[in-house]
Amino acid sequence: MVVERPVERLGLIGWLHKNLFSTWYNILLTLLSLALIVAVVQPLLIWVLTQAEWDVVMVNLRLLLIGFFPLDQIWRVWVCLAATMALLGLSRGIWPHIVGGVAPVYGAGLLLLALLPIELNQRLWLVLCGGLVFAGAALSRFLVQRSNQRIIGWVAMGWVLLLPLTLWLLRGFGLVLPVIETSEWGGLLLTLVMAISGVVFAFPLGVLLAIGRRSELPAFRWFCTISIEVVRGVPLVTVLFMFLIMLPLFIPGSESTDNIARAIIGLTIFTSAYIAENVRGGLQAIPRGQFEAAKAIGLNPVFSMLLIILPQALRIVIPSNVNQFISLLKDTSLVVAAGGGIRELLGMADSLMGQAEFQGKQAEVLLFAGLIYWILAYSLTYVSKRLEQHIQRHTT
Amino acid sequence: MNLMHPDPPQPSDGMIICNDVHKWFGEFHALRGITTTVQRGEVLVIFGPSGSGKSTFIRCLNRLEEHQLGQITIDGIELTSDIRNIEAIRSEVGMVFQQFNLFPHLTVLENITLAPIWVRRWPKGRAREVAMDLLERVGIVTQASKYPGQLSGGQQQRVAIARALAMQPKIMLFDEPTSALDPEMIKEVLDVMMELAASGMTMLVVTHEMGFAREVAHRLLFFDHGQIVEEGTPEHMFNDPQEERTQQFLAQILS
Ligand SMILES: Nc1ncnc2c1ncn2[C@@H]1O[C@H](COP(=O)(O)OP(=O)(O)OP(=O)(O)O)[C@@H](O)[C@H]1O
Ligand SMILES: [Mg+2]
Repeated sequence: MVVERPVERLGLIGWLHKNLFSTWYNILLTLLSLALIVAVVQPLLIWVLTQAEWDVVMVNLRLLLIGFFPLDQIWRVWVCLAATMALLGLSRGIWPHIVGGVAPVYGAGLLLLALLPIELNQRLWLVLCGGLVFAGAALSRFLVQRSNQRIIGWVAMGWVLLLPLTLWLLRGFGLVLPVIETSEWGGLLLTLVMAISGVVFAFPLGVLLAIGRRSELPAFRWFCTISIEVVRGVPLVTVLFMFLIMLPLFIPGSESTDNIARAIIGLTIFTSAYIAENVRGGLQAIPRGQFEAAKAIGLNPVFSMLLIILPQALRIVIPSNVNQFISLLKDTSLVVAAGGGIRELLGMADSLMGQAEFQGKQAEVLLFAGLIYWILAYSLTYVSKRLEQHIQRHTT
Repeated sequence: MNLMHPDPPQPSDGMIICNDVHKWFGEFHALRGITTTVQRGEVLVIFGPSGSGKSTFIRCLNRLEEHQLGQITIDGIELTSDIRNIEAIRSEVGMVFQQFNLFPHLTVLENITLAPIWVRRWPKGRAREVAMDLLERVGIVTQASKYPGQLSGGQQQRVAIARALAMQPKIMLFDEPTSALDPEMIKEVLDVMMELAASGMTMLVVTHEMGFAREVAHRLLFFDHGQIVEEGTPEHMFNDPQEERTQQFLAQILS
């Protein structure tokens, strides 16, 4: 006979009592927090809803989101967004416990944005993107219930191909799809391109550096150790400055190379050093018995690393690597400080604030940019936490 | 026959031949001249005080530790630092550890099929069939899709035995396989080992389970200070040990 554990039902009063008013100091803290929330949030809300002049954001929405990406080619950005949202939805259907609320919230958010006073064209794209989230989720849930496992492979493949295909489509090629130089990209689009490319390149590099740092070959070990320590000892702005400003001075001809590409290289190198240190921590946490068991069943060192050690080490360092990604996402804004004229989300906000017609409306622009950073960063934290819990639940 | 190039010495029927094996950890002399031959199908129990070099000895047999002097020959292949020899020998020699050392991120079935698929290059279907047969043999076929962390210690150790057997080894090494287990789980693991011994497997077992030794072992080695102090059949060792240290140690653990 299976007996279910009785579910605790507290009710609202019970919950309030248990969580907020259980002891005298808990009561005190609750009241203090409440007072603080009222003191801060109330005036903020009043300002946001009644005093702020959001037209500065509305008028410049395009600049903040995609920079000077030509309007007649904007469909490319929409296609990329639509593909991403479709994948997000499909993933939600396959891994509901990991993706969780992110997919429906993004989908609903896009649908809500369609209510804003914008062109019909853009509105239709928004509805399509939002709709794809829900359609994708429904489709993959249906397929998984029918125990069609192949969809999982397709979605994984989709995520892998997303970045290269996106970059290729955005930039274009030849006559059919005219090239749009990255100097015309900007705003949120550029922030995402730099952050995602950075992490996608930095991750494998970081893992290699971490393994190299534990290598038995002295030359390789020293090379990895020195690279990691040099990069970690230098501020990111300096690294970016090196790649954006100094490199063209030293290497003739390199000034004609893509600014954004050089920024991404700088971000990649910087991030990989930190990822390497995280991963090294994970490798150190793997007990010696795992290495020995892998040897004893006859695995060679490469298989042992790929099949036994890395999968375990990387799971341990999911949270710290996601933190690193969040830092990278926000640190992309430092390319502005390094010079080179790149205008990603914060750089664009900054240049808007410098214009006379938007004097006195800095708060609106900054709040908008901050909100976008927060939404992205929080989504990442949310998914990584659920991923961790999922692994925890399924292996113990 | 060309006298200038005589045939190399033929391995006798010895599955494992150790000739004056020495091992140092830094200055510490952990193995001091181990010489013994293990016959095909023989079950050898190794016992002795803590730190006497029992683990070090059997770990030298699959090169988890490297011996520095003497020869070890496994099924006709001498253990040298030649990586191909080491890999060949490792796929012939299974090992079961005190702490199980299962791969926690893989299911029971994946733990067992991993080496056959990646080392032996068997197709997945065949590896899975063999794994399921082995799980049947060690009595946990219903747990195939669980993760090691979800099993009891005794079950984990039986999976570890199945994992080693999946490579179809000629020799099985056990390093205190029941020492980390709660008493009620020791028997289920010993039963599997007894069945394995009965099937003719060559086994080296470091253990202080003297009931198992008495019943199953063909020969016992008593280790102390990195040497084989005394060896013999269970009757000899339990009823008529010659060395004083053996007598003392047995008196301690049998009391
Ligand atoms: N990696 C190592 N480095 C240095 N010394 C070691 C190492 N491994 C083992 N030793 C030493 O070698 C000696 C023999 O160790 P070993 O593990 O073989 O003993 P054992 O007979 O298996 O003992 P136990 O019953 O405690 O497992 C011990 O004194 C131990 O401290
Ligand atoms: Mg030991």
